[in-house]
Amino acid sequence: MTGAPSSTSPIPPVPPVPPASAVPPAPHTAAPGAATSGTATSGTAAPGAPGPRGPGDPAAPPPPPRAFDPGAEAARATAAILHDTLHGPHRGVVVDSPPGAGKSTLVVRAARELAAAGHRLMVVAQTNAQVDDLVDRLATADPELPVGRLHSSDPSPYDPVLDGHPSVRKSAKIAELAESAVVLSTAAKWAHVRNTEPWPHAIVDEAYQMRSDALLAVAGLFERALFVGDPGQLDPFAVVGAEQWAGLSYDPSASAVSTLLAHHPDLPQHRLPVSWRLPASAAPLVSEAFYPYTPFRSGTGPGDRRLSFTAPADGSPVDRVLDEAAAAGWGLLELPARHTPRTDPEAVAALALVVRRLLDRGGVTADERQEGAPLTARRIAVGTAHRDQAAAVREALAALGVEGVAVDTANRLQGREFDVTVVLHPLSGRPDATAFHLETGRLCVLASRHRHACVVVCRAGVTELLDGHPSTEPVQLGVTVKFPDGWEANHAVLTHLGRHRVTWEV
Amino acid sequence: MSLITTLARLEAADSGHARPGATVLHRHLSGRPLVFVPLTTAGEAGAPLGALAGTDRAAPRLLVVPQPRDRELRSAFLAELAEVLLPYLDGYADAVETEERRETDPESGRKVTVQAELCADAPQLLVPSGAGVAFVQLLGRSMRFRRTAEQDPEAPRPAPPGVPLLGRWLTHYGERARVPGSSLLLPMTGLLTRHWTTGQSGAEDQHLGALLGWIDPPAGLTGAEAALRAELERDEDGLLVCPPAGPATDPAFDNRRLAPAMARYDRARAAAAHAEEAGHTGRRLDAAWQDVTAAGEEVRALVESQLRPVWDAVWRGVDLLRALPPGAHVAERWKRDRWSYTSHRDRVRAGEPPQPKRDDAVTAAQKLATRETAQARLDAQEALDDPLVMAERRLAGEAFAGEVTAVEPAVSDGPRPMPRPLVTVVTDDLPHLAEGTVVHRVLPDGRSQPGQCVARGPEGVTVRLTGGMGRGKVPAEGSVPEPGDHICWTLFEHAPRGGPELPDPERTPWTHGGPPVLDDGTGSAAPPAPAPRPVVLDTGPDPTTPEDFL
Repeated sequence: MTGAPSSTSPIPPVPPVPPASAVPPAPHTAAPGAATSGTATSGTAAPGAPGPRGPGDPAAPPPPPRAFDPGAEAARATAAILHDTLHGPHRGVVVDSPPGAGKSTLVVRAARELAAAGHRLMVVAQTNAQVDDLVDRLATADPELPVGRLHSSDPSPYDPVLDGHPSVRKSAKIAELAESAVVLSTAAKWAHVRNTEPWPHAIVDEAYQMRSDALLAVAGLFERALFVGDPGQLDPFAVVGAEQWAGLSYDPSASAVSTLLAHHPDLPQHRLPVSWRLPASAAPLVSEAFYPYTPFRSGTGPGDRRLSFTAPADGSPVDRVLDEAAAAGWGLLELPARHTPRTDPEAVAALALVVRRLLDRGGVTADERQEGAPLTARRIAVGTAHRDQAAAVREALAALGVEGVAVDTANRLQGREFDVTVVLHPLSGRPDATAFHLETGRLCVLASRHRHACVVVCRAGVTELLDGHPSTEPVQLGVTVKFPDGWEANHAVLTHLGRHRVTWEV
Repeated sequence: MSLITTLARLEAADSGHARPGATVLHRHLSGRPLVFVPLTTAGEAGAPLGALAGTDRAAPRLLVVPQPRDRELRSAFLAELAEVLLPYLDGYADAVETEERRETDPESGRKVTVQAELCADAPQLLVPSGAGVAFVQLLGRSMRFRRTAEQDPEAPRPAPPGVPLLGRWLTHYGERARVPGSSLLLPMTGLLTRHWTTGQSGAEDQHLGALLGWIDPPAGLTGAEAALRAELERDEDGLLVCPPAGPATDPAFDNRRLAPAMARYDRARAAAAHAEEAGHTGRRLDAAWQDVTAAGEEVRALVESQLRPVWDAVWRGVDLLRALPPGAHVAERWKRDRWSYTSHRDRVRAGEPPQPKRDDAVTAAQKLATRETAQARLDAQEALDDPLVMAERRLAGEAFAGEVTAVEPAVSDGPRPMPRPLVTVVTDDLPHLAEGTVVHRVLPDGRSQPGQCVARGPEGVTVRLTGGMGRGKVPAEGSVPEPGDHICWTLFEHAPRGGPELPDPERTPWTHGGPPVLDDGTGSAAPPAPAPRPVVLDTGPDPTTPEDFL
């Protein structure tokens, strides 16, 4: 299983590396690069690695040990995944991908290689937007490849951008896509496909967000599959109680991956080791708080990503938190403690003002791709826990004349990427901490959408709230307990944010 | 908790009286429900203590187990329960109507229309509380795998006739109760909290006496006072005046009354057994057995004293609910319940085995999909049936209502232009709308009409009608609103579709462990499959672990 890739594969030969699955994640291992661990991996710092920021700045993250070359490390992981997918003996391969680790790139690459090897391939994604995005990427990467987009019969069922790719065939009927080497659609649409020859290969994207019953409906269509997803994001949910099936290996409300692994514990499980999205300031925190046993690193080093403003600060708390976020990658704007309705008017106003000032002060970003790009509204997102909160923020932004900023809930921001995010803390102003608000995935999504900086707006007192509401979810026999739980992750994030706190004066 | 429920709770707490939570009855209430009030033995959930059951509020049937730890007596109780319930459950099986129904033809694989029998009505079980529903599920589970002497002549302790069958029915009713909006098995507390909002917490609403206190207090008391009295008031012996609605009993009653009475019963039985052993006959033996009967009667009277107030409370709840007019979609949902009853009747008649201990992967997924669709349907139908529920949805930004101010004719692009008029509504609601959001409204003939939001401004929300106007070039009459009309758009569908068809259980895919292998030892079931792994029973004590020394 670790043999060299076959000669038909265009992957450059790699030394026989044991795939990630061969090294079980060691519990209680701190994330390399996390605050306490500077020596998790051996080796010397890579030459030319940028040093830490000013030593006098207490907010500066410690320098991650540049023990490895992120590009090479990621390439090694990818090669092992592709090898198992193309030549492994198993019916399934699972890939865990932290935020921004190049999951879509991997899917496109795997799809091209499977097609190049002459295998008919079906790709299952969860939403139409995800499917359209994959089709667009795939057709851009390989304009010759005959790609089929299976869509619903609703009006405007796919992104019109696909019409610009001559190699992409679109149809609501699978029979019309028989010529396509790769056919992509949503799980919901695939579930209606009947009476076809099974596909020899499938790729299931966002498999951790797919419910077990959705996999049940489509798994008969393929013989073997590559399952790709992010275990740290929001779990799928059911709108009715499903406790009756808790602990069963095929609990229909569980994630597709947990069912798959419950029945096939021996499947190779890989993970992508590098987040190309998260900056060096964010990767250690996100890795430690949400992926404690499967740490990952940022692809860029400290100082590779810079956010600055052309206009000076006016001394207000909003400008100060922006400066803090620009310098440290994180900023916490703390409002006075208070129990509020969900659409806390003061917090909503503060969120809107932060966005307004971000734009007014002429933010400029510099990164490994580009020096000095202006920070436009399209590169900013506001994240909330509830839809009514998002609606309230949208209204407040409209009142301040801001347009084009994405404002949405964690569920809808999943999988998306921005330069700067402004987040309303899920527990801000709440009198209680429910399972919904404590869900690890919710906070993880909100804290891992940005390439440069993240500003969190929150009422004071969340730490005390957490201490007053330890997790009380019943423990179900046979259900794998997820670590870390939301309580733990929230504390870890708050502790870190506390170092970048700016208090809102009244 | 929605904003409007919070407000109603605050208002109820402030005024001391429950507030209406609905303007119509959202569940089907049978004209002849069977009320079942069970009690269990403290500390032993599977040991029934007694029950009142029946369809006549003036004459319930009292069933009591004078010594619940005696398995023979327990078994007799279940047999008697089957005698009471089975005729009622069977009583609806033969009055049928025929319905057309689309089914997949097993040979051609095509959808064909078939005539199917549908029971004209179905039996309905009412229990006092959610815990009562759980007890019905427990009874079903404990009874459906029992074998009668007829089914298994070798059985060392055969179940009384009717017990396995009742277990299957109770299992069916218990499972159906998990389907949102179903009405085959309903808890009275659930019914009342759906239709009234009290000034206490949801947990406190589980107390049937307190809940009725809030909704319908006795003269001279506020609801809050009546609820407090129901929870706390005790007589001179320290017993609760309003006993708990079960199946758990009041500990004070257990300790002070029930335990001594059961001890007397045990002594009387021991004495009678002794008398028989000693060879006594005639009047001496008769006297000993009379003592047993008397002691048993004493326990019966005690158990009845705890059950009767609950029985009356459930019927009071029925009276309160019957005063509400039924919601427009309730009959449609009840028809689904009738289908459910009919299909289980058919399974029993076909001699199918009892429901398996655990659902297989496909059944579990099917049930979850059915329930999710039922939940979405229930949410939509309740809102359409009841302006108070719609107000809740409007406050949540999921619907908006207002007056039509402008209707502008327009047609669709394409080779065959269809009418696509633009309707502008002025509303004070704040719906979560964006351009392109699909909205729905009810047409005068009851059908649902879709539209698409095209603009939202100070002059109102403009919606392009996209259907429901017939096939002609001119919209069908009544399908386009006119200025001055008051209409309500919802952002949710009115008749949500179900999920896709799932594979047959014998085609369960590899990801889900393949086809199910065995069916819980009931003998029949599942298609031929590899032999199940032998189960090795470890009869020794649990191994010692470090936790044992913590």
